[in-house]
Amino acid sequence: MDILVCVKRVPDTAENEIQIKSDGSDIERDDLVYSVNEWDNYAVEEAIQIRDKVGGTVTVVTVGDEEAEEVLRREMAMGADKGILDADEIFQGSDGRGIAAVLKAEIEKGKYDLVMTGALADDGAGQVGGMLAAMLDWPYASVVNRIEVQGDSQLKVGREIEGGNQEVSEIQMPCVLSIQTGINEPRYVGIRGIRKVASVEIPVHSGADLGIAADLVGAASAKVKRVDYFTPEMGAGAEILEGSMEEKIDKLIEMLKAKGGLK
Amino acid sequence: MAQLFAYIAHKNGVLDDSAAELAVAAAKIEAGAQVTAIVTGTGADLDTACQAVAGIYPVVWKFEHADLVYPNAEAIRKLLVKVVPAGSILLLAHDTFGMDLGPGLSVKLNAAYAPDVIGIEAVADNKASLVRQEYAGMAHAHVGCDLSGGAVLTLRPGSFQAGEDGGAGGQVQDKSGEAGDLSAKRRFVEVVQAETGDVDITKADVLVSVGRGIEDQENIELAHDLAEAMGAVVSCSRPIVDAKWLEKARQVGTSGKTVKPKVYMALGISGSFQHLGGLKGSPFIVAVNKNPKAPIFQVADVGIVEDILEFMPALSEKIQEG
Repeated sequence: MDILVCVKRVPDTAENEIQIKSDGSDIERDDLVYSVNEWDNYAVEEAIQIRDKVGGTVTVVTVGDEEAEEVLRREMAMGADKGILDADEIFQGSDGRGIAAVLKAEIEKGKYDLVMTGALADDGAGQVGGMLAAMLDWPYASVVNRIEVQGDSQLKVGREIEGGNQEVSEIQMPCVLSIQTGINEPRYVGIRGIRKVASVEIPVHSGADLGIAADLVGAASAKVKRVDYFTPEMGAGAEILEGSMEEKIDKLIEMLKAKGGLK
Repeated sequence: MAQLFAYIAHKNGVLDDSAAELAVAAAKIEAGAQVTAIVTGTGADLDTACQAVAGIYPVVWKFEHADLVYPNAEAIRKLLVKVVPAGSILLLAHDTFGMDLGPGLSVKLNAAYAPDVIGIEAVADNKASLVRQEYAGMAHAHVGCDLSGGAVLTLRPGSFQAGEDGGAGGQVQDKSGEAGDLSAKRRFVEVVQAETGDVDITKADVLVSVGRGIEDQENIELAHDLAEAMGAVVSCSRPIVDAKWLEKARQVGTSGKTVKPKVYMALGISGSFQHLGGLKGSPFIVAVNKNPKAPIFQVADVGIVEDILEFMPALSEKIQEG
């Protein structure tokens, strides 16, 4: 099975405190730690496990700039066979649909049985996989937390639905799946693994290479655009306890007793 | 102004809160608009759902079809592309069904797609100013959405609070004849119910709940110690289950359990909306987090800015001393 996994380089929210610039134009990007989008890591691990079971290849692709190459190398160190970087100035400012249009062109350049994305990324939209499937006229399943290969042309997939229940479906290949965290345990990548793939060449595809019309991508084509970031007016929020650790604990214990939190 | 539609999901004929919330959102797009609700399914459940929807919406389109017994987003997309006129604005709940349906539907309708909307601030000149969150709720953004070619919006559950049902006295129109072929390349098989573990966190009065801030599997012990000292039960947020440090039955959130304790200790939990969606019945929430900007502090009653790895053992010790 030939599998393509679409990945994204994002600010790591576990490592960073996200601050908004005073003019709201962007978040503060100095000193941000970037990494591969958490959900994408599970997708790559799943692809590698499927390949190791039934044979085939795993390719990772990202739409980004040169800096995005580092996440491709990281996923190649995990075990992906190949990386592709889709980079072009005309892609900048694309909305989800523009990104999906780039990936569609990339997919049509190759031959894949299965395309995976993460279920979500930093913008919380969860949109590219579903858009891509519709553009390709391939079936789609989102928030997938289980995949079972059934022969050459079909998968059995579980979707994580409300209440932790799992909706099981059969889906024909080729198809697009967006992957939920927890589907597997992504393997650890050490510095040695990264070094091993440091010199592997990663092809860069431009809009012209992919035959993408400029009016399908970029800020001008985007129907949905972020205007600014802002800090909402919040309610009072929590009563923040001040003082030394001991003082905070004493105050809290008093409150817990009053609220029935201590037996 | 574009025509407004809302797709109303139901489970065996029963609506959830989003049915009324979508109507509230539609009124923010156009006050007094004639919103058409679309309801799909089969048999008595479908009729029950349609009657309930007619209490909220002036017009209800009912689609009965053998392929719509289970709400398969792939089949429903095919239906909506046929029956929703070009240029319409269509509202969905941002739940796992809306996430499955929305992106592809927007492509097929050639419409704008705005997912997980939490606010609608203004609509003018075929443009909507919407509010969304990014970076796991750590940043709010205004988003401009071009409505000129229609739009699909998914709305975060709980963000558009509904008042009392208005008794809309809506008309149910059976449109099943327009559905046609709805065969899809994805076939529903079954729903596997979540495992029930040894513990039932839904019955606990006091929950000691841990999140990413616990950092390491070994530290889970600190939560058990604190729970023991407090007479509480240990629960957690999603990353802890993903890491397999605690069992799924202990997860609080929309993809886990819905709990209604008296006291909820949120320890090292940032407070994503999916997590908070599992917290009902207005518990007294104590948040401990080393990040003072964590969204959990907005919903908590009491906040403590500390590293839970130091705070939890200190608290356990103090309680045990009596």
